[in-house]
Amino acid sequence: MALYSEKVMDHFRNPRNVGVIEDADGIGEAGNPVCGDIMKIYLKIDNDIITDVKFETFGCGSAIASSSMATELIKGKPISEAAALTNKAVTEALDGLPAHKLHCSVLAEEAIKLALKDYFDKNGIEYDKNEFPDEPHCAHCGEGSCDT
Amino acid sequence: MIYADNAATTKMSRTAIEAMLPYMDDIYGNPSSLYSFGQKAKEALENARERIAACLCCEPREITFTSGGSEADNQAIFSAARLGEKKGKKHIISTAFEHHAVLHTLEKLKKQGFEITHLDVHSNGIVTPEQVADAIREDTCLVTVMFANNEIGTIQPIAEIGKICREKGVLFHTDAVQAAGHLYVNVKEQNIDMLSLSAHKFHGPKGIGVLYAKRGILLDNVINGGAQERGKRAGTENIPAIMGMAAALEEAVANLDRNTAKLIKLRDRLIEGLDKIPYGELNGDRNNRLPSNVNFCFEGIEGESLLLLLDDKGICASSGSACTSGSLDPSHVLLAIGRPHEVAHGSLRLSINEETTEEDIDYMIEAVTDVVTYLRNMSPFWRDLTTGKRTHVFAE
Ligand SMILES: Cc1ncc(COP(=O)(O)O)c(C=O)c1O
Repeated sequence: MALYSEKVMDHFRNPRNVGVIEDADGIGEAGNPVCGDIMKIYLKIDNDIITDVKFETFGCGSAIASSSMATELIKGKPISEAAALTNKAVTEALDGLPAHKLHCSVLAEEAIKLALKDYFDKNGIEYDKNEFPDEPHCAHCGEGSCDT
Repeated sequence: MIYADNAATTKMSRTAIEAMLPYMDDIYGNPSSLYSFGQKAKEALENARERIAACLCCEPREITFTSGGSEADNQAIFSAARLGEKKGKKHIISTAFEHHAVLHTLEKLKKQGFEITHLDVHSNGIVTPEQVADAIREDTCLVTVMFANNEIGTIQPIAEIGKICREKGVLFHTDAVQAAGHLYVNVKEQNIDMLSLSAHKFHGPKGIGVLYAKRGILLDNVINGGAQERGKRAGTENIPAIMGMAAALEEAVANLDRNTAKLIKLRDRLIEGLDKIPYGELNGDRNNRLPSNVNFCFEGIEGESLLLLLDDKGICASSGSACTSGSLDPSHVLLAIGRPHEVAHGSLRLSINEETTEEDIDYMIEAVTDVVTYLRNMSPFWRDLTTGKRTHVFAE
């Protein structure tokens, strides 16, 4: 059996929305180099709609595929929907991930939340602090950032 | 397909396969049986033992057949520990970058009250005989140092370490799984008391190996049962595999000089080509390494995605990245030579064999260069390195 589903391999080999948005309205970065994966999400937001999204990822096959899928899932959607995106939804859209790779989908969810938080902060928009934590926890060790 | 993962396992040689077939087709008797049909298998078994002993320069009775390198490592270490224990000696010296077959066995002994010293292997991946001499104590019962490392290929000063151990009366074991059939091995000249090898690393079958133990060293059973292998390893002997191993080892030893010369040229061409990739560095000593081993770290990328894309280009390789191991940490070998985590995640091992061609080498250089560039272009870590937000570990 292959390590990854066809979907994962497709998004890994042909990642959607790779790149940078120079004048992004919100930027979020999750993960760290010590753990071996970093995801960075760039959002362009107009009238509460995510009009464009790009990502950059340092990480394994499932990290790249999760970023690609997550950007597809929120592109053109209202902010509220992007904020509600769960790692489970990303995993399901990819037809599953191996158990030890699930943290990659968590990273994608976190990076998007952080990008939205950045947008809210820049524009003085109120938001529920519980839903958008300050410090992303390390998806690997689960104990706050392990970038030490 | 280019198979560049020969350190993981090798393709069986035709000679090895041919040597096995009669013992599956016709001579299938049990060597422990009394009748002549069984005794035919027994003769083959003893003939294989003699030929393997000749390759290692030891006596046939010093050879015990095991299920592979892991079992041989386990048995060697447990045996030395049990012997030491009887004399109240419970200190073992090893290195920080042994194979897990050794490390996990030592871990188990630690729980049983043994004290383990893991010697530093320096940035070049080589321990010195002086380190061993300095670490030996009154209560040291074993020194176990691998002949050549399986990830970075660095070759250890085995004969010198063996000499020190002899002088101090301490048993010396070496995990020669990566060395047998690839480097000159002579247990007498190299002062080796115990040695492990595994057939599938030199074009022999999987699941068969050897523990050499110098006469007089009492082995402790890992597998208990029947009286096979002088009672030191129970279980009906895997005659076909043993015949394949003997043939493969003889072939490898006979061709050693020619293969070595050829491989070093190919290896060095590969190293020179990959060295041109900026912010990458060879892991392990440049020259004192297995003729087949090339191992690099590249900044800003992760090893698993590198392997998957190389697979798409028809190249089989391996990496010490955490993502490929299924654990949280990257390879203990790369950490042992001082590579920081973030760099160790971006490692690539290419282990070639004598059938690799110059065209294969050039294709691999081009493919790796392309894939590293592609992955860096989508890596936020690489962006931070190029914009100065994070600092490079390697020089350009
Ligand atoms: C250095 C070293 N020791 C031990 C082993 C284990 O050998 P085996 O797979 O035959 O158990 C290997 C290979 O995986 C190895 O490279």
